[in-house]
Amino acid sequence: MSRKLKFGFFSFTGDEGCMIIFLEALNSHFQKWLKSIDFKYSKILREKNEMKGLDIAFVEGAISTKDEVKRIKEVRKNCKVLVAMGACAIDATPSAHRNFFAKKELREINPILKKFNYLDKVYPLSKFVKVDYQVPGCPMDQMKFIELVENFIEKGV
Amino acid sequence: MLSKIEGHASLDIKIRKNKVEDVKLRVIENKRFYTQAVRGKPAIAVPALVSRICGTCSISHLTCATEAIEKALGVKPSEQTVLLRKLAMYGTIIRDHAMHLYLFCLPDLYGYDSLLDFAGANKHLIGECFEIKAAGNALASWAAGRAVHPAYSRIGGWAVLPKTENARMVIEKLLHCREHALELAEKFYNCNWKFERDTQFVALRTPDFSFLEGEICGTKGLCIPESDYYEHLQRVILPYSQASAFELEGKEYMVGAMARMCLNKVALHKNTKQDCAKSLKVFPTTNVFANNLAQAIEIIHCIDHAIELLEGIDIKPEPVPEIKIRASTGAGAIEAPRGTLWYGFDIASDGKIKNGNIVIPTAQNQIKMENDIRALVNALLGQPKKKIVAECEKLIRAYDPCMSCASHFLRVRWI
Repeated sequence: MSRKLKFGFFSFTGDEGCMIIFLEALNSHFQKWLKSIDFKYSKILREKNEMKGLDIAFVEGAISTKDEVKRIKEVRKNCKVLVAMGACAIDATPSAHRNFFAKKELREINPILKKFNYLDKVYPLSKFVKVDYQVPGCPMDQMKFIELVENFIEKGV
Repeated sequence: MLSKIEGHASLDIKIRKNKVEDVKLRVIENKRFYTQAVRGKPAIAVPALVSRICGTCSISHLTCATEAIEKALGVKPSEQTVLLRKLAMYGTIIRDHAMHLYLFCLPDLYGYDSLLDFAGANKHLIGECFEIKAAGNALASWAAGRAVHPAYSRIGGWAVLPKTENARMVIEKLLHCREHALELAEKFYNCNWKFERDTQFVALRTPDFSFLEGEICGTKGLCIPESDYYEHLQRVILPYSQASAFELEGKEYMVGAMARMCLNKVALHKNTKQDCAKSLKVFPTTNVFANNLAQAIEIIHCIDHAIELLEGIDIKPEPVPEIKIRASTGAGAIEAPRGTLWYGFDIASDGKIKNGNIVIPTAQNQIKMENDIRALVNALLGQPKKKIVAECEKLIRAYDPCMSCASHFLRVRWI
């Protein structure tokens, strides 16, 4: 394959643990992957980031605000394949604690929810966009992530 | 938007009549409401839950919450358990500091956008970054099961014990990257970045620089038991941010590697003291950029002390102490990579959490960060905005702010 695959890494509501697993996967695979991958968008890696024309968008975190709904749709528009990394992206937990709060806790957090334009509930990515692949786990399973990336490198998208 | 830090925040700078009138550092990371989420949960399940506050420092949250609950329930961990907690913390500190220094700070030092762009004579630094990170990971994974949200640790002890025979492999990895860490410290020792402003620096003073136990001390005379810390703090609500901030006895203060180095360098491992003698003379200091050097020295200490503890280690099965559920209150403090982390819990008679308070490092540094930026921008006024923004980013990065736990960088708005 002559052309490098364009990868983007995106973070929504969560603890960024899956991004740490991605960085850990680089410990052993960086030299090899750099021959086939162009890391176009990754705020943890660089300052200048480009979202347009991505082959694969890797997304961690759940969707909890109105802004995030817009942003995940924008990511989807700019990629051919979207991968949900980890439990928050796949089914919103553990970022979705507030979905199960009792009235007292909801009353406490409501002013913040209103002021900062939160959604009524915390949702998985699939509520708003098509998800092509999932890497399960909290944090995501590192071996499954590496397998998926190698598969993209071998077979393309 | 500030990149190359953990999480997301933005900075508003208001200038009137050639003077900085206001600085607002706003966290834009979305809240997950952990303070409310712990309520009603069984105390014994809470460490694994709060581990998810921050992927980067999950071991710190897990360890600190465990300590607080153990203290509440009167559970005393065995020597072996404390040893394994130390080793897991050392792994997390090595990995975290290496990530911050190589991925976030070195590009500033060399004028690159990203570590991935390093080329020519500097290309080897990419590989060295990944080697140190991998060694830290190997240590944490060996001791605690994995490096993010580890699964071996329980209230009172270890559910799955590490294998003694695998310790040798971890020692080899640590030995192999020690030289890189020394070179890294040398780079930050030679770095002439400077921003000095006197304030109180606060950290746990641990007898063996192990990040786990001790008294909370400050450079202006504070010295209190861990359990009393919260009483000395005032929570400051920032209407413009989703995160809150803390003052200590009504004043700004700073936590982190630099505070630990200013207060406790005497407790570092003897090999570290020997090989970092020149760098250690920098401390005590009020130069915020010395936080980078302090982190590099801590990587070396963690390598040295971990090797000593792992040499001849013999992990033995042991009974986990009995946990008697009762209504109780307990607090714990540890030194997370970014500074003092404190947890306090009220536990009900049924073993469920009634109330929890969490004090995270970035929230404690917030007010000093804002005051520093104000002073920095005032000093740089008249220079191009691009240059001022770059200098602000560099300064904020030196704090190694972790916005994912501060609720949670840098879009600068000039207003």
